[in-house]
Amino acid sequence: MTATQDRPAAEIGKDRRRKEDQRLITGRTRWTDNITLPGMLHLAMVRSPFAHATITSIDVEAAKASPNVVAVLSGKDFGDELGVCINAWPITPDQKTPAHSPMPADRVAFAGEVVAVVVARSAAEARDAAELVDVEYEELPAVVGIKKALEDQVLAHPDLGTNKSALWVFDSSEAGTGGDVEAAIAEARTNGIVIEREYRQQRLIPAFMEPRSVVVDPTGEQITMWSATQIPHILRFALAATTGVPESKIRVIAPDVGGGFGGKLQTTPEEWIAWAVARRLSKPVKYTETRSESLLAAHHGRDQVQMLTLAADKDGKVTGFKVHLDADLGAYIAIVGGGVPVLGAFMFNAIYKFPSYRFECQTVLTNTTFTDAYRGAGRPEATYAVERLMDELAAEVGVDPLEIRERNWITHEEFPFTTVAGLEYDSGNYEAATAKAKESFGYDALRAEQKERRERGDRVQLGIGVSTFTEMCGLAPSRVLGSLDYGAGGWEHASVRMLATGKVEIVTGASAHGQGHETAFSQIVADRLGVPFEDVEVLHGDTQIAHKGLDTYGSRSLVVGGEALVRAVDKVIEKAKHLAAHLLEANADDLDYTAGRFSVRGTDQGVTIQELSTAAFAAHNYPEDMEPSLDADATYDPVNFNYPHGTHLCAMEVDTETGAVKMRKYTCCDDIGVIINPLIVAGQVHGGLVQGIAQALWEEAVHDEAGTLVSGSFVDYLLPTSADTISFDVVHTDEPSVCTTNTLGTKGVGEAGTIASTPAVVNAVVDAVRHLGVHDIQMPCTPERVWRAIHANDGDAPTPEAAMPHFEEGALNQDEGAGQ
Amino acid sequence: MTKIELTVDGAAVSDDVEPRMLLVQYLREKLGKTGTVVGCDTSNCGACTVHLDGTSVKSCNVLAVQANGRTVTTIEGLADAAEGELHPVQEAFRECHGLQCGFCTPGMIMQAVDLLAENPDPTEEEVRLGMEGNLCRCTGYHNIVKSVLHAAEGAKS
Repeated sequence: MTATQDRPAAEIGKDRRRKEDQRLITGRTRWTDNITLPGMLHLAMVRSPFAHATITSIDVEAAKASPNVVAVLSGKDFGDELGVCINAWPITPDQKTPAHSPMPADRVAFAGEVVAVVVARSAAEARDAAELVDVEYEELPAVVGIKKALEDQVLAHPDLGTNKSALWVFDSSEAGTGGDVEAAIAEARTNGIVIEREYRQQRLIPAFMEPRSVVVDPTGEQITMWSATQIPHILRFALAATTGVPESKIRVIAPDVGGGFGGKLQTTPEEWIAWAVARRLSKPVKYTETRSESLLAAHHGRDQVQMLTLAADKDGKVTGFKVHLDADLGAYIAIVGGGVPVLGAFMFNAIYKFPSYRFECQTVLTNTTFTDAYRGAGRPEATYAVERLMDELAAEVGVDPLEIRERNWITHEEFPFTTVAGLEYDSGNYEAATAKAKESFGYDALRAEQKERRERGDRVQLGIGVSTFTEMCGLAPSRVLGSLDYGAGGWEHASVRMLATGKVEIVTGASAHGQGHETAFSQIVADRLGVPFEDVEVLHGDTQIAHKGLDTYGSRSLVVGGEALVRAVDKVIEKAKHLAAHLLEANADDLDYTAGRFSVRGTDQGVTIQELSTAAFAAHNYPEDMEPSLDADATYDPVNFNYPHGTHLCAMEVDTETGAVKMRKYTCCDDIGVIINPLIVAGQVHGGLVQGIAQALWEEAVHDEAGTLVSGSFVDYLLPTSADTISFDVVHTDEPSVCTTNTLGTKGVGEAGTIASTPAVVNAVVDAVRHLGVHDIQMPCTPERVWRAIHANDGDAPTPEAAMPHFEEGALNQDEGAGQ
Repeated sequence: MTKIELTVDGAAVSDDVEPRMLLVQYLREKLGKTGTVVGCDTSNCGACTVHLDGTSVKSCNVLAVQANGRTVTTIEGLADAAEGELHPVQEAFRECHGLQCGFCTPGMIMQAVDLLAENPDPTEEEVRLGMEGNLCRCTGYHNIVKSVLHAAEGAKS
């Protein structure tokens, strides 16, 4: 550790306004679609209207004759140079993985798949001509939906012989991390409580605001690709690995990128097509998707059926948890497609002390848009399941939902705690977060109002939903990824360049697309190196500048990338100390480093880091055993995930006559360790909350039986607006549970709001009408579904009993009576 | 082709355009006003919002020829950025962290300026309703609403 720890932090914890904003609020931006190069041609994609079909012919003559069209190309016009779309995470050795061409020549497997590309002098002319490409298809039966896929009657890819791609299993008794879950369930059936549920995680669309765009310039020695991507480094690697171009001849730039949320954590067919066309024509090309294309063909998220069995004793102390997921991969296995539900494997047990646990995930292929990461990626699904079940358990035992959680959670004295899923949670304080959230929310008063409204039989009932979540983030220790058969590591790289004038350039392999890295990373460097915040420049998102990196996703940038930065800064200080000792003719052990200045203890002699930078640049006088440079690099591989947590409380009003729901109050107390910039953290929480709330209440990607996406525009895919949402009550614990595995003590926050909020909202809606016999409402909780759930039991019809074993045919709780 | 003459961000411009060309395409492709962006095809998202004769419009929903003889202000002309000036609403968005990725921001700011021109002292509810036509995926709207209220507050003092 360095001497910087001796002085109070000036920047860390400060609500600095963002460095990024000046350009963004004045329209001085570099979105990929803003880039225009001399001689640039424009692409338009011809997409299949059928979910599953063979391509019998493609007539391009009319399109070629259209004004200013340069070329019309289809899959058969390309050979191996077109490359393939990769799956970097085969979750089992025997995973069935369909071949995924960026532009198949023979057969399409989802509606929206690209079958031809038109190249023209303008984007409008390219689009006009795309309408003239005449593709003959022979339609094949399409399989849509998880349950249909599991039947294996209709196959998404007939050559695979099945729709079942892989079965991934974790069992605590086999892993040695816990007991036998079947024994726990058997015991609970006779002497305790068994809760069995089937929950649906509907399909969502990330719906970043900037549509995807790619520009390829093949005119230099390096072929340059600009792309609206979260992962420029992984993109460069995948282009090299699949298209025959040496990695050293590829430069990828992620300029300003307008949101991602996992949706731009992908190597896309459109990027590969643009790459191949630019190389073929030796001209720069640009492709920017329309919003309809984005919703149709950019990857979707979630889409699981969860079959859950929770065992507890009579007091509601949990004894076992069995999880079976069926997860829809769509038509192909995207870059981390199968791995997303598997990430949930470690999170279903959440903050609770389950003695036994079994997790199975069956992935299936269907003729729909492929799925992959969406904010939270596996962890929201897991959190939803366990937090919904804890509310059900509380109802069964007849206690407050917070009481049942307290009976089961890991107490703050028990950290570090090794969970039944095999993770070591380093720190946390669920009691403190809950106490703070309760107080800020006004929990007791709202419970009193709920009681009063129930007794009065008010038309508008009040429900209170709880979600005491944790998550694993900071992806990820490379050895853990290796043990899970992931195709890459999880380290991050940083460089610090000390410029001759005393300014500081830092280079990070993280690739921001709205997170505010330039501001937060400047704060870290300013504090640690003792230089002004304004003097730090953060460079990223260009593989020629940031040559090493693993990019931004999984709440990793600060906790992994920030730690790499800290270590690089510490190396700079060590080098500078050696030079300072030389210049001051002092012993290095007698030097103190404070606020960017080395001073000789007990004297007024000293030298600043800026003076040392200039001295290293001039190189007129430096020790013989050092190079004339203070610059340093660090590559940091995390030793553990980190485990932010929090207590989220939501109050929902439900109109029992119309089914309309309205959010009354939302409080969250997140414990994310040390906070670098509270303003940025609050922004991440707000945005995350709304994405999670939107899953609970509004959003759903729907394919019809033929496999056509019927929610293919913002008219049909219901993104929330400012009028649909409220202002949130965001608080933090007074004394955060500092992360023990990184120097700054930080934990990830990018996904926390999304992971936590969905179950809090649904728990609140169900809580509002539980006394009317409702124990579940499928997401999104539309007024119709809520109304049907309430009125399913009119006329004293028997309630489908919550605690009954029901996994036999026709006995599921997701029946019409539960509010389909 | 149709000849149009209009004023954009204080400068007189004149071009021959296809009758079908949208105002947003004209701004971006002919004038290089790339501060104004396209976020959807259905006039839902509002990322392309500009002012036409001082009133906010979604420029994907206006033909370039409809702007003939009129005055257009984009995010780039809202204040003299070259002089380092910011419009108070731009300043409010920075102050209140009303943006993250920034893609919706030009449209949000243009809409907020129009909203405050019509209603200088809005309630939170009025801000939420007035900004309903502009989508943001990053901020959850919390800080956008706060920014607009902050700008209104600043104008009072």
